[in-house]
Amino acid sequence: MHPFLSALLGGALVGLSASMLLLLNGRVAGISGIFGGLLAPSQDERAWRGAFVAGLVLAGVAAAALAPQAFDAGPVRSLGATAVAGLLVGFGTRLGNGCTSGHGICGLSRLSVRSLVAVMTFMGTAGVTVYLANHVVGGGQ
Amino acid sequence: MKRVASAFAAGLLFGMGLLVSGMTKPTKVIGFLDVAGAWDASLMFVMVGGIAVHLALYKFIVRRPAPLLETEFHLPRQSDIDAKLVLGAAIFGVGWGLGGFCPGPGLTSAVRGGTALVFAVTMAAGMALHAAVTRRKA
Repeated sequence: MHPFLSALLGGALVGLSASMLLLLNGRVAGISGIFGGLLAPSQDERAWRGAFVAGLVLAGVAAAALAPQAFDAGPVRSLGATAVAGLLVGFGTRLGNGCTSGHGICGLSRLSVRSLVAVMTFMGTAGVTVYLANHVVGGGQ
Repeated sequence: MKRVASAFAAGLLFGMGLLVSGMTKPTKVIGFLDVAGAWDASLMFVMVGGIAVHLALYKFIVRRPAPLLETEFHLPRQSDIDAKLVLGAAIFGVGWGLGGFCPGPGLTSAVRGGTALVFAVTMAAGMALHAAVTRRKA
């Protein structure tokens, strides 16, 4: 399948999942919010959050066994850079109330100006970071 | 119980979408963000597909008095553009560009171990750190 087509199809499945979670559970499919809610002090809403995350993880387990080509063969960045990346993504998405799914897919579909500002900001800093890592520092290793 | 099952099914579908789209490959994500290099535009279509479907269905869903398995919709009520929103999004973007993973693909890829697992674990630590800082201020 052409990469544009598989991206479009994959995106449509994500949009369908977000619609399904909204229709059935009345919830926004923002991954950082759903996962972060499990790590926050309040004990409420743990069951559905845990179930959603379990579904996300299980899709990966199935793909690892049946379609490993869905993943990269090897790492692109060093373990150290990845660890810093994880911390920044975890902290940043909670501070900014959302990530690529919550602001990018759900927020923009709701025509939220807040989400538009967030998307433009994280796309901008992500682009600058990749530029620095790939073309200035070199390889990000 | 139904609410848990529906959330599980939605999570599974979401993960499948990420896997099909190419978002679980940091090489592709970084290629998409690397406008100055050999730009791979394909991941732009993940957003196009996701928004097209959700935008079309969203207005019909929220027209209902309530979701099917809950008593009310839980939609974000905030509308102000504050420093937290911009700073948080900026920090997230740096991490996304540095590692090539955003939260969903990080969790779906964690089973592969290596950098994907390191990302998922440190992302959880970053979220827990935010929760701890917020609690101290409260």
